[in-house]
Amino acid sequence: MQKYSIFSLARHTLTGHADWTEAWRSPEPKATYDVVIVGGGGHGLATAYYLAKEHGINNVAVLEKSWLGGGNTGRNTTIVRSNYLWDESAHLYEHALKLWEGLSRELNFNVMLSQRGVLNLAHNQHDLREISRRVHANRLNGVDSEVLSTDQVKAFCPLIDCSPGVRYPVLGASLQRRGGVARHDAVAWGYARAADALGVDIIENCAVTGIRRSGGAVEGVETTRGFIKAPKVALAVSAHTSHLAAMADLRLPIESHPLQAIVSEPVKPILHTVVMSNSVHAYVSQSDKGELVIGAGIDGTVSYAQRGGFPIIEDILKAIVHVFPMFSRLRMLRQWAGTVDICPDASPIVGLTPVGGLYVNGGWGTGGFKSTPGSGHVYAHTIARNEPHPLNAPFSLERFSTGALVDEHGAAAVSH
Amino acid sequence: MYLIPCPWCGERDQSEFRSGGEAHIARPLEPEHLNDGAWADYLFMRTNPMGLYRERWVHAHGCRRWFNMLRDTVSDRILAVYHMDEAPPEPGDES
Repeated sequence: MQKYSIFSLARHTLTGHADWTEAWRSPEPKATYDVVIVGGGGHGLATAYYLAKEHGINNVAVLEKSWLGGGNTGRNTTIVRSNYLWDESAHLYEHALKLWEGLSRELNFNVMLSQRGVLNLAHNQHDLREISRRVHANRLNGVDSEVLSTDQVKAFCPLIDCSPGVRYPVLGASLQRRGGVARHDAVAWGYARAADALGVDIIENCAVTGIRRSGGAVEGVETTRGFIKAPKVALAVSAHTSHLAAMADLRLPIESHPLQAIVSEPVKPILHTVVMSNSVHAYVSQSDKGELVIGAGIDGTVSYAQRGGFPIIEDILKAIVHVFPMFSRLRMLRQWAGTVDICPDASPIVGLTPVGGLYVNGGWGTGGFKSTPGSGHVYAHTIARNEPHPLNAPFSLERFSTGALVDEHGAAAVSH
Repeated sequence: MYLIPCPWCGERDQSEFRSGGEAHIARPLEPEHLNDGAWADYLFMRTNPMGLYRERWVHAHGCRRWFNMLRDTVSDRILAVYHMDEAPPEPGDES
């Protein structure tokens, strides 16, 4: 791997940037691998990287049906935080956030993590109580979190309408200062480049069409580029988890919904933090290009269309204009949807399946991007040892039979 | 967003309706005889298909009645609506 640095940049300047080597190879698939990872988004690529780096398993293929990071990795609103309510989630997302904090150095690729803080507004007494409950739970779990009063919110982010006469006044907020945003594409590219350097084969334009099994265990995958033999097959396909698992006759408690986002025209830096409001129901941050990146809740139907309904857009913008009246004069430039895989308890499934050698990592719903490094890290451990890491053990598929659900509906930044 | 042909009211805007999830999931008649896995299958497991999907809808801001729909989840095209006590139409004979 050609190391990126100020010196390599200067050296390549002399030759007009004509001879940079490609960030990762495009190999032909081999007939056999030790592990096949299905899905070349952030989670799949991170899994491949940690398998090679921490577990010495280099004979790994990542199969991607189109291009790297072209699914939800490239469609989310790039928010990173770990202020989840329950112990299980807080530990998992905090593990991810700690990995985020060293990721650019680890991968020698700037993932542009900007820890600008994530502010969650409270608009009524119930919100206030929930926020202080969550802040206390976070602090007991070692997650930085604090409660702000209305005056402190006003001082921290003067753009927010904190006047008492509005329909949903700001009564306070929680703030996780270590939260923020990261560059989503860079996460996929950085992991791809680092995994490739450790010998992982990244195979794009290769869709999985079947999972071949024998005697209750996996033999390999049928793909559009032929059969690939592997004793271990690991799914990391977000919204497509259900129908890939169905290829191995597995039923999962997942439903795939559109989740929309909107971007405004670019303006000068005006919003230095991430602001979320559960009650008014929207969230916003400003990208480095100056666009406001805006999102909210999912559409209520199962759909893989990667587009959503206009009423949701109306609701999102009504909420944004309520919290930030000055944004009412901004024009919106683009709108799109990803397809998120929602579990009944709004928590992911990461672990083994009843099929030997088949692993599942999905159901992240709206929390997928922020968890990318942590998800890949514990999933690699699960695949290498054929048993879950202590951090993902509570997120097994069996929890739906045992009843040990991790109910994170209320603790999500906006309810879904 | 799409127009939904309510069997009672005719075509109305989607915002008048609410999705009730997958159709044709019958509650087990004797749940006390099910093991935890079978109960979890009824309660939580869903087909979540990429393609033809049979789902329940309610005309929440209209006649408030329930009905079933056959929809393609990739194109969001509505292929048929039918009453809840009717057998699901086979793909191809929606008209």
